[in-house]
Parts: sequence; structure tokens; C-alpha cells
Amino acid sequence: MMPRAKLKAQKRDAAEVLLKSRAVPAGGAWITKARQAALSRVSEMGLPNKRDEYWRYTDPRRLTDSEGQAARLHDSQGELPVFDRFDRLKVVFVDGVFDPAQSDPLALEGVEIVPLAEAAQTDLHWARDLYGTLEARAQSPVERALASLNTAYATEGMLIRVTGKPTKPISLIYQRSSEQADAMVHHVVRVEAGAVATILENGPMAARFNQVMEVEIAEGATFHHIRAQGRDHERAGAAHLFVRVGVDAQLKSFTLTANGALIRNEAVIWLDGADGSAHIAGATVGDGAFHHDDTVFINHAAPRCESRQVFKKVLRSGAVGVFQGKILVDQIAQLTDGYQISQSLLLNEDAQFLAKPELEIYADDVKCSHGSTSGEIDPHQLFYLRARGIPEDQAKLLLVLSFLAEALDEIADTAYAEDLRERLEAWLRRRG
Amino acid sequence: MLEIKNLHAELEEDSEVKILKGVSLSIKPGEVHAIMGPNGSGKSTLSYVLSGRDGYEVTEGSATLDGADLLEMDPEERAAAGLFLAFQYPVEIPGVGNMTFLRTAVNAQRKARGEEELSAGDFLKVIRAKAKDLQIDADMLKRPVNVGFSGGEKKRNEILQMAMLEPKMCILDETDSGLDVDAMKLVSDGVNALRDAGRSFLVITHYQRLLDHIVPDVVHILSEGRIIKTGGPELALEVERNGYADLMAEANP
Repeated sequence: MMPRAKLKAQKRDAAEVLLKSRAVPAGGAWITKARQAALSRVSEMGLPNKRDEYWRYTDPRRLTDSEGQAARLHDSQGELPVFDRFDRLKVVFVDGVFDPAQSDPLALEGVEIVPLAEAAQTDLHWARDLYGTLEARAQSPVERALASLNTAYATEGMLIRVTGKPTKPISLIYQRSSEQADAMVHHVVRVEAGAVATILENGPMAARFNQVMEVEIAEGATFHHIRAQGRDHERAGAAHLFVRVGVDAQLKSFTLTANGALIRNEAVIWLDGADGSAHIAGATVGDGAFHHDDTVFINHAAPRCESRQVFKKVLRSGAVGVFQGKILVDQIAQLTDGYQISQSLLLNEDAQFLAKPELEIYADDVKCSHGSTSGEIDPHQLFYLRARGIPEDQAKLLLVLSFLAEALDEIADTAYAEDLRERLEAWLRRRG
Repeated sequence: MLEIKNLHAELEEDSEVKILKGVSLSIKPGEVHAIMGPNGSGKSTLSYVLSGRDGYEVTEGSATLDGADLLEMDPEERAAAGLFLAFQYPVEIPGVGNMTFLRTAVNAQRKARGEEELSAGDFLKVIRAKAKDLQIDADMLKRPVNVGFSGGEKKRNEILQMAMLEPKMCILDETDSGLDVDAMKLVSDGVNALRDAGRSFLVITHYQRLLDHIVPDVVHILSEGRIIKTGGPELALEVERNGYADLMAEANP
């Protein structure tokens, strides 16, 4: 094993090389301050390394290399994008760059929404309290230097403040046009007290992407987050979700991932106010050269909060799935109710699932459970379905969808869940 | 209808374990045959071999349904050809609604036979009527297949599937196991309602009591992989009185 000091030096050297190659974007006072602070964090931490505890199962090099690799564009064969049937405020990014021409006017009752590029030119903005703040907090106890890198360099993203109960969801759509683009997108969301917001995200984003979404959910507010990460095979990317859940506030986040050479979804959630609730779920389908990593950290920092993690991965032919999930219960967080399940369905022998579930509990009156399983299609279930006349392929599809159902059930609005379920069924039928 | 001739089967993973050692029987349209036998005689294996479950190797003999070679077909093809197995232990399938499952099965069979699929509305009408007869409520139809069902509910659900799929050859594998008297009556009434001139049944059971409700035309005694005696309903009563030992001794003196 490499000595800790030597590893740290190596990580810092790598960071220095990368930082030297890029200039910090120009901007107003508030964002320049945030960017500089983020740069110091990156210099201090260094870049993620395969020897880091939380990168042992996922090699970060494709994400940390100074240049991203190309990825071919996926041919959707005329299929309409996810969420297309819903009335929503469309905000389109192409290769990670906001495209006003394809977007709706950024106006919706109960919502303030401003492109980061525009707000960054001003000297003061409400987002200054949040931009980079939750990301900085997320660096402890586990370093996430890619997110700091994003805070330092991102020029694209949306600053969204929800003050009421908008009549439709905000839909962030990530299209691709180039096989090479290397995108950094940074969103900040504040859901004010008592407000209810739904943000939809869909699309492959870019050949390589690094995304951060910082979310503050104020007292009594609710935030629904539903994400479908596109289907382009050769992409590599990291998406970070940092959420602070206030008193009596509620988070529901769901992510669907299909395909991608390397996708790392990190989430750090702080239940900071009493009686808060955080549900985070993921459904993943991967075939062949596919590496998918969910790394989730939930901190119960106030009494009587509830958290739930449901992660399901269907893997085939060399696909690798990783789940690292931790529930940390502070001493103050009495009457915590924490639940975590991660499961994989391996459709053939060379698929792989690596799970690292962790509980760290300092309060004495809590209910916490976690489980992780890995298995194949149950031959008894398969035979039962076939004995009723359902052909083998169709029976397997039914069983795969039933395996994923528990994660999809975490979406509060069943219309979105049904939309994603139908897509999944079509994709699995075509095996693409 | 169903012709089984000199059927030999062994375990796929251990050819030393020979389970069926020359079973022959012939079931005509509209007939109900019962197979009785002690534990380990091969009753359930016969049902699995006929329905196409993995794990068994047929080494000799044949099984045909209306002349079609069953043993050459996949399980789903056998089902589409009209064979139905009511499982001794119906399988739980979390995440698949009972109604979705049944509709998928009905339409898969119709498609395989070149018939038009049932619309959602038509399907609903049919299943509601049939579920009512079996005292299966709307909640049971909505719940995931067999998940959290009691033993009786699972068996009623098997009969509902049989009623919906309208097979011509029904195999009931120890359908009476785990049933109380009331549930047995309900299940038997469901089966009897399906009896007609074009549909045959093979009722596998360890005990005679099910045959009080589903009265067979022919009773076979299976022992050590062979049918050792065939007779009328009175043969079942004889087993009930004297057990299998006498019959087995008679067969292997």
C-alpha cells in the first residue's frame, strides 16, 4: 500500500497540472470569491485517485484526465425524449451550454430562474450564499474534488429560486451535438419555506460531463427531483447532488441511468432540521462496457428525520455496478428512521456488482437498516411465467421490470414513473 | 387428448437418480384421471416433465397432446398448445401485478395461436366475472402475483388462471395441499365448473379427500416411478382405508 503522504502528493501534483491548464472564468465579485475558494480546495485535496477509499471500485481517470474522450452520439431512432408528453418549463442545454433559442422564456409563476452565465456577471446575487457552499460542506468526511473543480470552472447552469407552488415542473434538458464536448454545469436551487418544486432532468449532457446541483430545501418545503441520464454509450461523467433538508422539509430524488462508459452519481444529503425526510432512489440498466457508480451519503443531523435509499441495478455482459451508501446519524438525531437497500440483478455471469453499505450511528434511539443483494433471474419465477404461456424473453423482461419497480415506486407522481417505466420496457425490448 | 407412453426420466444433474421408470397412461377428452401415490413416487416429477421444467432428462418414451410431441416444446409452447399446470407451490412474483400477469399470459397464448389479443376492457369484464366465482376480490387482482397470499388464496389464484386461460389439458399438482375444508370446496367447485366434454384433467394427490370433491373417472397408483394399479374411484377409497403398503407389496412381491 502506498503511504498516505505519497498518495496525497501525487493527487496534489495531478491537481496542479490540471489547474495550470485552465484559467478561472471572469465574473462578478460573489462568484469569483466562490471560484477562488473552490480552487484552493482542489489544490489542497488533490484530484481523486484510484487508491482513495471511495474510488476503489471506480477508476476516476476518465473524469480527471485533462482531456475528455470522444463519445459517439446515440441514435434514438425517432423515439421521443423522456418527459416529452408533460407540460413543463423547458430549459435546454446543448453540450452543457444553455440554448435560449430552444428553451421556453425563463418565466414561471412562483419561480425565479436565471442562467448562471448571466448571474455570474453581477456583483451580488442571492445564490452567493449557496453557490459552492454545500459543495464545500460535502468535502467532509469524504473528499469530492471533482465537485470543487466544477464550482471553480463551471460557467453554465441555472440558479433557481422557488417561492410558491409552480403549476408545472422545470425541465432541464441536456442535448448533445458534439462527439467531443467536455461540459461543466452547476445548478443552484433554493426551495423557500412552504414551496413545492419539481425539477426534471433528462438527456446525455456531453461526451464528458461534470455536474453539480446544490439544493436548499427550507422549512416545510418539498423538492421532487426526477432525472433520466440519457442513453449514449461512450460517455463518462460525474453528477453531484448536494441537498440540505430543513425542518419538516421533504426531498424525493430519483435517477434512471441506462448506458454510459462511466457514470458516477454522488449524493450528499443533510437532514438538518427536525422531522425532515429524504428519499433517494436509482434504477440502472447497463449492458457491456458500462460502469455505473452510486455513492450516497446521508447525514441525520436533527431528530425525528426519515431517510430512504433504494438502488437497483440490472447488469449484463461485463457491465459493472457500484453502490457505496452511508447513513451517518449524529448524536442529536434521536428517533432517526433510516433505510437503505441496494440490489443488483445480474443477467449473465460476467456482470459485476460491488456494494459498500455503511452505517455510523451516534444516537441511541434510532431505527436503521440496510441490505444489499446480488442475484440472477429466479428460475422458479421464470418457469412459472413460461408455464402460463409467456415466452422466455417476455418473461425475463417482466421480471427485470418487476425488479426495478421498487425504485420507480419512489417517484411520488406516478405519471412520471409510468413514463420512465414505458421507456425502460421499450429499451430493454430492443436491448439498446 | 394426453398420451403418455413408457416415459422414463431422471435428474439432469445426476443420471443415477431415475425418477420415472416407464409411465404410460391415456386420457381421453372430458375425462378426469387421478394419480395417487406415496411421497417420492414421482407424482410431481411427472407434472414437471409434462410442463417442461428444467432439471429433468427424458431418456425414453413419449408424451403427446392431441398428437403433438410435448417433450419437443418449450414450456410456453406447451401452454399455448393447451396444457396447464396448477402448481403445488405457486410462485410469488413481487413487482408484477396479478392482473398484468394474467393479461400478459392470456394475450401471449392468443398471439401464439394466431388469435387477436383481448382488449383491456374485454379482459377486465371476463376476469371480474371469473374472479367473483372464486371469491377473489379486486385487491387480490391488483396485488403482486401471489405475494402475501394465504395458502388458500394462492390455490384459488391458480384456478383463476386456469379459468382465464381455458386450457384443454389441466394438471393439478397436489392442489389440496395446504387447504382447509372450505378452501378445498371453493377450489373444487372452481375445477368442476371447468369440466366439460372437451377438457381433461390429471389430478395429482396424496390423499383421497380431494377426490370426494373432484370425482375422477380413472385412478392410477404411482409407486417408484411406475403405475402399479389402475381402477375406478373405488381404488382411491381402498388407498384411504389401507394405505399404499398393500398395493406396493402386491406390485413387488
